[in-house]
Amino acid sequence: MFDTLSGKLSGVFEGLSKRGRLSEADVAEAMREVRLAMLDADVALPVVRDFVNKVKENSVGSEVLESISPGQAVAKIVNDALIEALGGAGNVPLNLAAAAPVPVLMVGLQGSGKTTTSGKIALRLLTRERKRVLLASLDVQRPAAQLQLQQLAERVGVGSLPIVAGQQPVEIARRALETGRREGYDVVILDTAGRLSIDEALMQEVREVRDATNPAETLLVVDAMTGQDAVNTAQRFNEAVGITGVVMTRMDGDARGGAALSMRAITGAPIKLVGLGEKLEALDDFYPERVAGRILGLGDIAGLVEKASETLDHEESERVAKKMMSGKFDLDDYASQLRQIGKMGSISGILGMLPGMGKLKDKLGDQELDTTIFKRHQAIISSMTKNERKTPSIIKASRKKRIAAGSGTTVQEVNKLLKQFDDMSTVMKRISKMGLGGMKQMLSGLMSGGGPGGRPGGGFGGMNRR
Amino acid sequence: MAGFFSRLKQGLTRSTQKLNAALTHRYLDETALEELEDELIAADLGPAVAGRVIDGFRSSRFGRNVTTEEIQEALAAEIAHVLSPVAVPFELKPEHKPHVVLVVGVNGVGKTTTIGKMAKWFRDQGRSVMMVAGDTFRAAAVEQLQVWGERTGAPVIAGKPGGDAAGLAFEGIKRAREAGTDLLFVDTAGRLHNKGALMEELAKIIRVMRKFDETAPHSVLLVLDATTGQNAMEQVRVFRELVNVTGLIVTKLDGSARGGIVVALADAFKLPVHLVGVGEQVEDLRPFSAQDYARGLVGQSGGDLANRLVEGSDPEAGQEERGSAPG
Ligand SMILES: Nc1nc2c(ncn2[C@@H]2O[C@H](COP(=O)(O)OP(=O)(O)OP(=O)(O)O)[C@@H](O)[C@H]2O)c(=O)[nH]1
Ligand SMILES: [Mg+2]
Repeated sequence: MFDTLSGKLSGVFEGLSKRGRLSEADVAEAMREVRLAMLDADVALPVVRDFVNKVKENSVGSEVLESISPGQAVAKIVNDALIEALGGAGNVPLNLAAAAPVPVLMVGLQGSGKTTTSGKIALRLLTRERKRVLLASLDVQRPAAQLQLQQLAERVGVGSLPIVAGQQPVEIARRALETGRREGYDVVILDTAGRLSIDEALMQEVREVRDATNPAETLLVVDAMTGQDAVNTAQRFNEAVGITGVVMTRMDGDARGGAALSMRAITGAPIKLVGLGEKLEALDDFYPERVAGRILGLGDIAGLVEKASETLDHEESERVAKKMMSGKFDLDDYASQLRQIGKMGSISGILGMLPGMGKLKDKLGDQELDTTIFKRHQAIISSMTKNERKTPSIIKASRKKRIAAGSGTTVQEVNKLLKQFDDMSTVMKRISKMGLGGMKQMLSGLMSGGGPGGRPGGGFGGMNRR
Repeated sequence: MAGFFSRLKQGLTRSTQKLNAALTHRYLDETALEELEDELIAADLGPAVAGRVIDGFRSSRFGRNVTTEEIQEALAAEIAHVLSPVAVPFELKPEHKPHVVLVVGVNGVGKTTTIGKMAKWFRDQGRSVMMVAGDTFRAAAVEQLQVWGERTGAPVIAGKPGGDAAGLAFEGIKRAREAGTDLLFVDTAGRLHNKGALMEELAKIIRVMRKFDETAPHSVLLVLDATTGQNAMEQVRVFRELVNVTGLIVTKLDGSARGGIVVALADAFKLPVHLVGVGEQVEDLRPFSAQDYARGLVGQSGGDLANRLVEGSDPEAGQEERGSAPG
């Protein structure tokens, strides 16, 4: 059930306990696990090899500071190297410094998410930068693709290039820029058809589009679930059109997203944005320091801490987190979490950022999309007595009926909540059994090397300070 | 288009060429096996399964001198051995009218396109086909399926955007039954398997369909993109658990991805793989063949690798080593 990998990795890190300089054997052992972790995360093999070799060189013989264990020292070196390999801490924004209308070219394989991402970028530019955006679809391959972009443009509230049947991509691109100029648009986003990197004819076509439009950004859109083929895609697209940035889509899934590292290593282009859902708002800046832990199966610690400190009632969340960890999590705590969920996303979102809990997310399900359930759950819990909330097992048939009536729900719904809560507490208990101590210790090693702004170390302790 | 089949052919021609000049050998030691294992990992088999395939290979060929095509053939055989049990054709069950096929998968894998291709396949066999535009969520998803309907001469049952997919599926079975249609494809919106609410929606589609025909759906096909890496394991695990997937379809094998994850899937889940997608056009659909797939997988790269291994080594050195090797 659990991501055994993170357990294994942290086990290896913990196992390194001798003081003094890191020995070759220590490092080799840790690197074997790091290699496997990265391959399981779909980092491309040649990229893994380079990475592991580099880290080996850097860590053998390095001094282990008094304040941390050798395991933490290696974990930190690995994490730092990974952040570096992903482009270094901090986000690289879109570069739109060109004469208006600024062309942005979207490219990628079939089904990678180009069209949705085009809509998302348009929305972001419109709302954050008050830009006038024109969306133009050059996809004459897939049925109804142009219509899809047009409908997205309507939803976002930006312009879309009128569809002219039979027109070819290069002509459409020219017409888009002309229209952009004539009608005073700031940015023109050119969405292209998905294509295989080995399809010479279509690669030539996208090259011609680029030559005709001279885009300020050429964004390669890549699915976070991509496997080893990421290298081929990155290489060929980069050779053909010169990638200026990468967008990783479907990062709301549970793939570990190793393709991000392959992309960066092969193209040298920064990963600029991540897609986090089907809604048009679900686009975020990419922060290497947040993805590093995910690739290693160690969780997005920095992201969790930051998000938590931004949105949560600190004391309350700290209390709940502690209870979660101790395995004593009751319905009052659940209700308290529900109240915070609106601000923070979802339980599974929070869990997804915790180490080793990618799989656990499935178990709880992503309730992000149905917040009405949360409101009902809150109603149900508030119809319970104090005792019932502390010891849910006492809730039998007659109590269920009373609670359902009191909360305007059904016994079935009460059952469902109890079942779900039961699942949750089982999982929580398992987490606490897994020995969170070790994990925390290691995390503090990672954290002290963490993101910008020198967030306080100490894992969850960091939640309430900033 | 250079792709799966031409690659396959390439691999084979190259190996037959080699057969004529099969003079160079490589001594198969641990280093060589490691290189082969890496090659399998680079084809998305994943470290665990790649290791297991190589173990099988090691037991029969370790410490021997081998030729390129021996390596290639043996590796392909090892992989085909894993794939054979899951190479099960998709069969229409004529006792159901309609045979209801629910098509599911994560976003962008090729569900709608595959339905179009399958519709054509069965239309060509003289079967009547209908489709339900169950993706009421994504922009222009209905229109996309309608184009496939026109291309294949299959009526499309569609509702309002944002409408209830389950109700539409119910309506679809009813209409197909009335018309005496052989096959009904139900397209669904792409969804990530870790979104509980969206997965529940699929379960609901099934529940509602069963109100009309309690044996429906007769097939639940999970479409997988060959470029997907290890996450495909989770996709299959969760979709199978929640909606009883009966078979897999692997798309985009015309690309540079070698689809090795299918080997890991076959090893772990033993779910039938019915068909593969090899392009965007209506005719780009093939039955899944364990042998062809295995050869395609080791074809180009495996062939290259085998060549590299053999040509890069010094046959004399191999001979010498051989003398001192065990066995
Ligand atoms: N090269 C190639 N492209 C394919 C194949 N199958 C599908 N595609 C392309 O992949 C893209 C996505 O296909 P769709 O059929 O729309 O995928 P879907 O799963 O229905 O997507 P959503 O409904 O958006 O989740 C389209 O551009 C298809 O043309 C294939 O076998 N080979
Ligand atoms: Mg579709």
